[in-house]
Amino acid sequence: MKPRPTSPARSGFALWAWGGVALSPCVARASRIGELTTNDVTAQAARFFTFADPSARWALLGALLLGLSCGLLGGFLVVRKLSLVGDALSHAVLPGVAAGFLWSLTKNPFAIFVGATAAALLGALAVEAITRGSRLPQDTALGLVLSGFFAVGICLVSMIQRLPTGSKSGIDKFLFGQAAAIGPDDLVLLAAVAAASVLAVTLFHKELLATSFDPGFATASGLPAVWIHRGLMVLLACSIVVSLQAVGVVLVSAMLIIPAATAYLLTDRMNRLLAISAGVGMFAGAMGAFLSFLGTNLPTGPFMVLTAGGVFALAWLFGPRHGVLARQLLHHRNTLRTARENTLKAVYHALETREFEGGDVTIPELAALRGESAMDTRRAIAMLRPAGLGDLDPASDRIRLTPAGLQRAGEIVRNHRLWELYLANAAHFATDHVHEDADEIEHVLGEETVRRLEERLDHAERDPHGRPIPRPTANSTRAQR
Amino acid sequence: MNALIPPFDPHAVFVVPWTSGLPVFGWVVLMGFLVTALCGIVGNYLILRRMALMGDAISHSVLPGLALAFLAFGSRGIGPMLAGALFAAVVTTGLIELLHRPTRLKPDAATGIVFTCLFAAGVVLISLFADRVDLDQDCVLHGELAQVPFEPFLRMGGMVLGPPSVIRMAAAGAVVLVLVALFYKELLVSSFDAALARCVGIRTGLVHHALMAGVSVLVVFAFQSVGAILVIAMLILPGATSSFLSERLPGRMAWSVMHAAASSVLGLHLALWLDCSIAAAMVVAGCVLFVCAWGVSAVRAALRQRFAGADNGEISGAGVIQGG
Repeated sequence: MKPRPTSPARSGFALWAWGGVALSPCVARASRIGELTTNDVTAQAARFFTFADPSARWALLGALLLGLSCGLLGGFLVVRKLSLVGDALSHAVLPGVAAGFLWSLTKNPFAIFVGATAAALLGALAVEAITRGSRLPQDTALGLVLSGFFAVGICLVSMIQRLPTGSKSGIDKFLFGQAAAIGPDDLVLLAAVAAASVLAVTLFHKELLATSFDPGFATASGLPAVWIHRGLMVLLACSIVVSLQAVGVVLVSAMLIIPAATAYLLTDRMNRLLAISAGVGMFAGAMGAFLSFLGTNLPTGPFMVLTAGGVFALAWLFGPRHGVLARQLLHHRNTLRTARENTLKAVYHALETREFEGGDVTIPELAALRGESAMDTRRAIAMLRPAGLGDLDPASDRIRLTPAGLQRAGEIVRNHRLWELYLANAAHFATDHVHEDADEIEHVLGEETVRRLEERLDHAERDPHGRPIPRPTANSTRAQR
Repeated sequence: MNALIPPFDPHAVFVVPWTSGLPVFGWVVLMGFLVTALCGIVGNYLILRRMALMGDAISHSVLPGLALAFLAFGSRGIGPMLAGALFAAVVTTGLIELLHRPTRLKPDAATGIVFTCLFAAGVVLISLFADRVDLDQDCVLHGELAQVPFEPFLRMGGMVLGPPSVIRMAAAGAVVLVLVALFYKELLVSSFDAALARCVGIRTGLVHHALMAGVSVLVVFAFQSVGAILVIAMLILPGATSSFLSERLPGRMAWSVMHAAASSVLGLHLALWLDCSIAAAMVVAGCVLFVCAWGVSAVRAALRQRFAGADNGEISGAGVIQGG
């Protein structure tokens, strides 16, 4: 493109700013579904659900198929830590789209499909070559392929636009998506790719699973991990190319990542992950088609992505095991439990110093032992009551542990001293360097570990500091003696 | 095909831009060089820190920032737009941290989620207020590098300085260079060994956010002229190329600047021959240089291995004799 003078109105900083924004109105205009016959949202919603509008029907079906194939393949991308491969490949199709157009010199969907898929595969091979053949990290390789291929594509597109036939070749549609333009032909392609994805995932389920989670094991047991990866890339390339039509270059990578990441936060099983991911993808697709049908000027792709993003946000917050709230709750519980167990341990120490005689421990006694104020000690003891571990006797103002509390106290002290002994004997730590570590681990040692530690240490009676190791059991509290 | 590739005219391609066309093409090459060199210097750090795709994320998520700034201030002036873009960049980096820190999500998945959602939000925002938007799609794809010489020149005190976008880029570049020079040690240590950096009292989080702010300023200034997606290439290509040619950071920086100069000059000639987008041609030239550098390093490694292998053979042979 030769430099050409620009009118004063188009120049200056003001212009570029809208440069970034510029793509959107064409998205907005291009991807509206159906002719709007009414301004009433409810009437429009009713029209959608009665499937009266053929283009809405096509768009909905297309969005569902897209969500299905992107969700399935995205699941593998996310667990293989390849999330941004989809982004790189979706940008890398541009030269293929241009070449496909040049080949037929019309907007022949088949030629463009073949060209785009070929370019995406070339991009995948280039990423593989760069990561293997050089020391560059994978994200750099992805960025290089993404922008390098895109630049070649831009060169071709800017040359095509000079051609008499190429002025508006429709290449823009592939960049920004046009769900309204989904017709029966595109649906056939979408359905074929979705079917191929489902088929491949069911047929090669075991192989995909093994290569995703343990490539070393997979290769060792004779699976062609490289070829399975390449097969996945072929499916991915096809899926990206058919989805571009509906959602465009940037947002197709969103449909690959977001549903799968949502599922990744909700489950630990691969089968469930794939099912959830495909489900979220289809839901987001349907919602995108529905929401953009409601208004006059609303694009489909962004609404799909925002719906998926909303579902992801819910999973991120409320996911039962990996959600932020669940983790916070677990952390909070652990902190409370540790605090309670430390109180129990202090009571045990107080009892031990007077050799378990002389009745219950008083508040001032415990406060002096822990080096804190009586107020803090009272608060710590009050925390024991809801857990059923101990309480303050109102009459004598002494701390009384329940049998369960006494047993847990013995266990914690045992864990602590066993660990100290283990560090000193087996790992040859200096005896004055073992306390801090034992303070941490005493709260998390399980029964089985404790049993093995005891065996390993020949059921030793005393810790490295010469103090007795208690042996609390469920029925007898010998430690109390 | 003949219509597609114009006949090769050496005079128009190689002589004109340096003689009669210099007042026009000089600014184009200078702007291309400034963008590529500055992005390349910062990009070296991105590659070392495995954050090469942050440029990708920021260049996409700037969109809602620009839209919000326009809706909030009702103007397309440089101040609001820059503020909007910086705000978007900060939100992007913050959200990425927020998504992957407390959960088991990987950083790359978090990156992909954040920038695509922000981009989608930007598109929705603009389509809701579409009546207020005018449209120049070329700008996103190939930027406006070809328009640079035709901007009304900036004048200061009667002296003609040059096109405002070049001056702005140079100013932003000077700030970035000063910052890189001032915090060279901190950037270096935290890029290579984050744990060591924390031990010696460098606030790695602060360094990370400062670097991201620098990247977003560069991206915002650059994509006016090279387009939102080609700027990713400007960030990664020089650094990736220089990583084949030098093991040391100063060497890599120097090679990045040379790569920027070579790719902008070669790109201009390529664009003049093929009559295509100048910014895209510069990236294509940069890719060719990348492949060349890769080849050079591969040949060098092969040669070294060959000679080192011979050496090793002698040593191990001696060892066997000694052992026997």
